[in-house]
Amino acid sequence: MASGIYVRASAACARYAGSAVPYGAAGTKGALISYATRFSTSASGSLRALVLADVEPGTARLTSASLSAVTAARQAIGADGTVAVLACVPAKAGSELKNVPKNLSKCFVAEHALFSHAIPEHRAPLVVQLQETHKFSHVFSPASTFGKALMPRVAALLDVSQVSDIVKVESASCFVRPIYAGNALATVEASDAVKVCTVRATAFEPATASDDLSGVQVENTSHLLESFLGNAAALSTFESEDKVQSARPELGSAKVVVSGGRGFKNGENFKMLEGLADKLGAAVGATRAAVDAGYCSNDMQVGQTGKIIAPELYIGVGLSGAIQHLAGMKDSKYIVAINKDPEAPIFQVADYGLVGDLFEVLPELESKL
Amino acid sequence: MVRKVLVGVKRVVDYLTKIRVQADGSGVDLKNVKWSMNPFCEIALEEAIQMKEKKLVDEVVAASIGNKSAAETLRSALALGADRAIHVVTPDGDASASPEPLAVAKILRKLVEKEKPGLELVLLGKQAIDDDSNQTAQMLSALLGWSQATFASTVKMEGNTHALVAQEVDGGLETVKISLPCVISVDLRLNSPRYATLPNIMKAKKKPIESISVESLGVDISPRNRVVHVASPPQRKSGIMVESVDQLLDKLRNEAKVI
Repeated sequence: MASGIYVRASAACARYAGSAVPYGAAGTKGALISYATRFSTSASGSLRALVLADVEPGTARLTSASLSAVTAARQAIGADGTVAVLACVPAKAGSELKNVPKNLSKCFVAEHALFSHAIPEHRAPLVVQLQETHKFSHVFSPASTFGKALMPRVAALLDVSQVSDIVKVESASCFVRPIYAGNALATVEASDAVKVCTVRATAFEPATASDDLSGVQVENTSHLLESFLGNAAALSTFESEDKVQSARPELGSAKVVVSGGRGFKNGENFKMLEGLADKLGAAVGATRAAVDAGYCSNDMQVGQTGKIIAPELYIGVGLSGAIQHLAGMKDSKYIVAINKDPEAPIFQVADYGLVGDLFEVLPELESKL
Repeated sequence: MVRKVLVGVKRVVDYLTKIRVQADGSGVDLKNVKWSMNPFCEIALEEAIQMKEKKLVDEVVAASIGNKSAAETLRSALALGADRAIHVVTPDGDASASPEPLAVAKILRKLVEKEKPGLELVLLGKQAIDDDSNQTAQMLSALLGWSQATFASTVKMEGNTHALVAQEVDGGLETVKISLPCVISVDLRLNSPRYATLPNIMKAKKKPIESISVESLGVDISPRNRVVHVASPPQRKSGIMVESVDQLLDKLRNEAKVI
């Protein structure tokens, strides 16, 4: 079986070499030959970067964060590299993939009933098998909870050090990532043969995607699962989930976010934010204090330990702006702070600050929108 | 019944400290800063202690990897209720040069092997607040071939064979049933860590801390990722204060043009 895959990978290599002509090879024959030789002599075939894609729950639609990871991967491998995506989906959903990056070299699909839920023990061995066959130079995934749980497991199995939550690609081996809750940016040179990274979605534009897979070479890798999935299934099984249903935009990708803190005093008051959010078409976020006090659910938490967001407009209401919270929102384009305490640290990062009682300001703001 | 639980604790710059980046870009200034136990590690430790109080485990073993100062963190773990501690001593030197998560996971694997039999559960924080990697627990379970649960907000033991763990994932909670032995990384909402009482701090002085040199474990801790440069994040331009809701809306509509 392994040799069969290898042949297909080589075919992809030839296809890629052909399509390389428009890529600045300047039409000179010598350049083209050296280009083709480079790939045919490389053990990797034409596949260089693999992106482990996350799929939206209950669909076969790749998440926007996965598309951002594709953008980062393309930057890392340069114009002459190629990107492949691995999508693990529920049984028989491989042909229904949606929101797949355009100009993709290859899409690996693995279908199994166990893949209805992202359990790292079930997926990591598959990634390792693909890596052994294709020798990718880069393996990337979004730094969502999906990627955070899966990727270090993959990295350890490959005996590779991981670079988490990258916000910038400097070169094929050099990446920038925040440390100390975003209070410092470290530039890191990775020396391992395979660069394993998770990618902060808000730092990279999502790759252009299409629902049309006709131009993409799709390879079903489900047969690779046979050798390990029995053991992996025994390690961990999905039991239940409690997902928050909301008609509002998803917090991580919303253009406008209104966020509340302890200043709301209780969960009933916190709902005042929803009226404002509806007027603005915004998502609702919260500080850790608001979540811990039970005003709202924990998946709304913005911060170092919650979601990292960078909307065009962030409106923080009744929150002080603790370091932990700022780490999650300070890359927003415009920040508005509404707080009755003029000394609140949030005012130091706000583009527009309004000192006032949120219980007076919010209704007025909502009525005037 | 799980006889032993191993808890990894890391000494980090205290979470309330406003860190300073060194002007030459070599790193974060770690001189004269307050250090304390990583908050996520405190939660992992609290969970282990509560398990012991519920008689789900017999012994709580705390482990830390670092230079000699890490012993202070282990002493506080003992004061909080750990039974004994293991200190894997790394060469003294720049405190910022702590081993990468992969090396830490390999060291913890050695400790797990040393503590067999009876060790069926490792509890770790989901991330350290200095390097923000969020890797060690996942790497350790991979190296051991064990099951993993990450970002745990509730942990329930199911007899002697399994644990039910609710994980905080994007979009809500997801509960998995994992088989023992396992590695669990904990999230903030799992519990509220206790404070050490003075009598317990005194008692902790008599509890044993076993020192092991990292060399004797045969794990290579040399970094695979070289930090080339550390910089301060770009400063935001200071904004303006507005006097009224009308003025705010005017700015958002006509200056920022975001609504």
